[in-house]
Amino acid sequence: MAAKVFDEMNSGTDGSVRVPYRGVADWLARTSPERLEATRREVDLFYRRHGITFGAYGAAEGSETTIPFDIIPRVIAYDEWQFLHKGLTQRVRALNAFLSDAYGQREICRAGIIPEEQILMNGEFVAMAQGLQLPGGVHAHIAGIDLVRVGEKDFYVLEDNVRTPSGVSYVLENREVMMRLAPELFAAMSVLPVADYSEELLATLRSVSFSDGHEPNVVLLTPGHYNSAYFEHAFLADEMGIELVKGSDLFVDESRVYMRTPRGPQRVDVIYRRVDDAYLDPLAMRPDSFLGVAGLLGALRAGRVNIVNALGNGVADDKSTYTYVPEMVRFYLGEEPILQNVPTWRCDRADDYKYVLEHLSEIVVKEVHGSGGKGMLVGPTASKAEIEEFAALLKARPDNYIAQPTLALSTCPTFVSRGVAPRHVDLRPFVLSGKKITIVPGGLTRVALKEGSLVVNSSQGGGTKDTWVLAPDQADDR
Amino acid sequence: MLSSTAKNLYWMGRYLQRAKSTARLIEATQRMALQSRGEEAAGVAAIFGMEDEFRQSQAQGERLASLIDFLVIDENNPSSIVNSIGAARRNAREERNNITVDVWESLNALWLELSGRLRGDRAALDRGALIESVKKQAVMIFGAAQVTLLRDEANNFLQLGAFIERADNTGRILDVKFHLLRPDGNPSAEGLDYFAWSELLACVGAVRTYRRIYRSSLNPMKVAELMMLRRDVPRSVHHCLWMVDLNMRELADAYGTRGEADRLAGELHARLRYARIDKVFEIGLASFLGELRGDIGTLSDEIGRQFLLD
Repeated sequence: MAAKVFDEMNSGTDGSVRVPYRGVADWLARTSPERLEATRREVDLFYRRHGITFGAYGAAEGSETTIPFDIIPRVIAYDEWQFLHKGLTQRVRALNAFLSDAYGQREICRAGIIPEEQILMNGEFVAMAQGLQLPGGVHAHIAGIDLVRVGEKDFYVLEDNVRTPSGVSYVLENREVMMRLAPELFAAMSVLPVADYSEELLATLRSVSFSDGHEPNVVLLTPGHYNSAYFEHAFLADEMGIELVKGSDLFVDESRVYMRTPRGPQRVDVIYRRVDDAYLDPLAMRPDSFLGVAGLLGALRAGRVNIVNALGNGVADDKSTYTYVPEMVRFYLGEEPILQNVPTWRCDRADDYKYVLEHLSEIVVKEVHGSGGKGMLVGPTASKAEIEEFAALLKARPDNYIAQPTLALSTCPTFVSRGVAPRHVDLRPFVLSGKKITIVPGGLTRVALKEGSLVVNSSQGGGTKDTWVLAPDQADDR
Repeated sequence: MLSSTAKNLYWMGRYLQRAKSTARLIEATQRMALQSRGEEAAGVAAIFGMEDEFRQSQAQGERLASLIDFLVIDENNPSSIVNSIGAARRNAREERNNITVDVWESLNALWLELSGRLRGDRAALDRGALIESVKKQAVMIFGAAQVTLLRDEANNFLQLGAFIERADNTGRILDVKFHLLRPDGNPSAEGLDYFAWSELLACVGAVRTYRRIYRSSLNPMKVAELMMLRRDVPRSVHHCLWMVDLNMRELADAYGTRGEADRLAGELHARLRYARIDKVFEIGLASFLGELRGDIGTLSDEIGRQFLLD
């Protein structure tokens, strides 16, 4: 790992501004701090007025907050993006092949690469999905792959999200806001557009309908407006021009799914669900769920409706399966992985466990099924008491944890109260898999707004940035 | 469009209209109480079919003041103004992507204002100002819907809710208040409390309208005719049921199907359109209005059944 932090703007050779950031650096030099501050206030107002909010579960009405948006864009050169694009495409192809295999013959287990219990004993394994033949063999239709950068050419995959990854509405809204607030910057730099995401998403969803012969009817299933990502659900449904439904809007009759409309029942062919597996069907999964549709899994098994993303995808994206992804690429595709994993110690292995316990103050430990930056220990910044507390948790259930070295995440110039300063960032591109694989240039850049912090999650004080992939003509003069 | 969307818009229309009617009714009642007898409070509670709830919840004493609180801010009264606005906002919030920003923002602003007022000391709460706000803002919200909403099925359901509620409200007000003033239901008995009858008109905002139409002094039969049968008075039962029928026809054209709700809407419209006020009083106003309100309730149920709202 690079010991020195890589700053995406200022780490050019001999400390100069890196080529892709020249436009931004000029803009920052030209723009007064007062103007930046005024722009930032405008942004906040815009987000509130449009109700682009993020509310935690159980929070009282009116407690919605906006995720802070940083007005300085994060820039990716075209050739860097091409490299990422190739790597992401390869990785998601392998993940889809693995999911088909995991719910099929499990060849990868017979080949001795992944132990079968890694799949079958996984809490996220859904027995009902065994043997399902999904259209195109696609399970992870929408994947959010979290990447970090530590050097000029060093990118790592931090984690794969193939259940119901969220955040893409911010990619689209952040771009809208930036175009409104800094048109002069767009004029100076040529940025690849992202606005076609909704169209590509709809095309992907339509391409994985079981039915051929009639126009597939696609709906978006939301848990409702108490969900923290409800804004995104409504936003995407609106952009695609499809119905935003709750479980109570749908019913199953003779293994077909219908939605209730004043015209009468209407067939549903593809459900883009933003409801977790366990709540999808009270007959098959949790009986206390009010969010799902009784009989939905029966309709899926009958090949009458497709559910996106597929059920049981959690076996592919937990933090212990993660360690096998490079092997998946070799096994299913016969290729060498383009994107690297972060080296990971698995605490269910005796040697690794011993090493982790002895080095808790230097490394990052995470729960295998954890998300949202919770249930993790960042050794270098933790207190002695916190480390001891965590050690007890680890000893109680070693198999529940993995550990990774503390990465020196790259930094980007960010507007903070004292002016412009470097802050750590990551990147979540969204990969769409249907008949073909589509990736809208860039993705969601999350930024840790606290000085020195490496935690970028929005629930832990992270913000977002607009992510710019520059058009090819600009990369030429590199 | 989903049935749940239709349902939310229908109830948003009903609750918003209910808050608006209640606000107007309280204003008129307050003025009436200042210049007439003391039985107003129970009479108004009767309009909402809530005499029992009101008697139970209120001790003796400041009857009118406690009635106003019961109708305006009482959290246990599902039809209080504050609860109605809250319910309308919840319906609207679920349909943020099916209504315009103007409609949402004006309704949300009203709700925020009410919540702000209620957060303070209840004793110091300016009820008059609150009622005034509701009246004004409700007009703005319906106005925003009028000028910004797409004229599609969603709009039809919002209109249906508002006009069914308004037809019902006007019918109730006329029924209760008329019989408070004329317990025997006889419109031509001797003696006329001018202020009481003009406040009855004020409940539907039609004092000046009365003068413009009839150009004569107040007459109970004409008051009843204006509130029930005049098609050109926007709060009359006839006008509201005409609009209900119109919206039902638009839905039938869009969907290409008709059902019991369509038949009943047409029948109710025709009943009011071809009624004569002298014949109504021959049957008896109370029984005419009683049957009418029952049928409006049935229509609401049939709409729910026909469009899968339940």
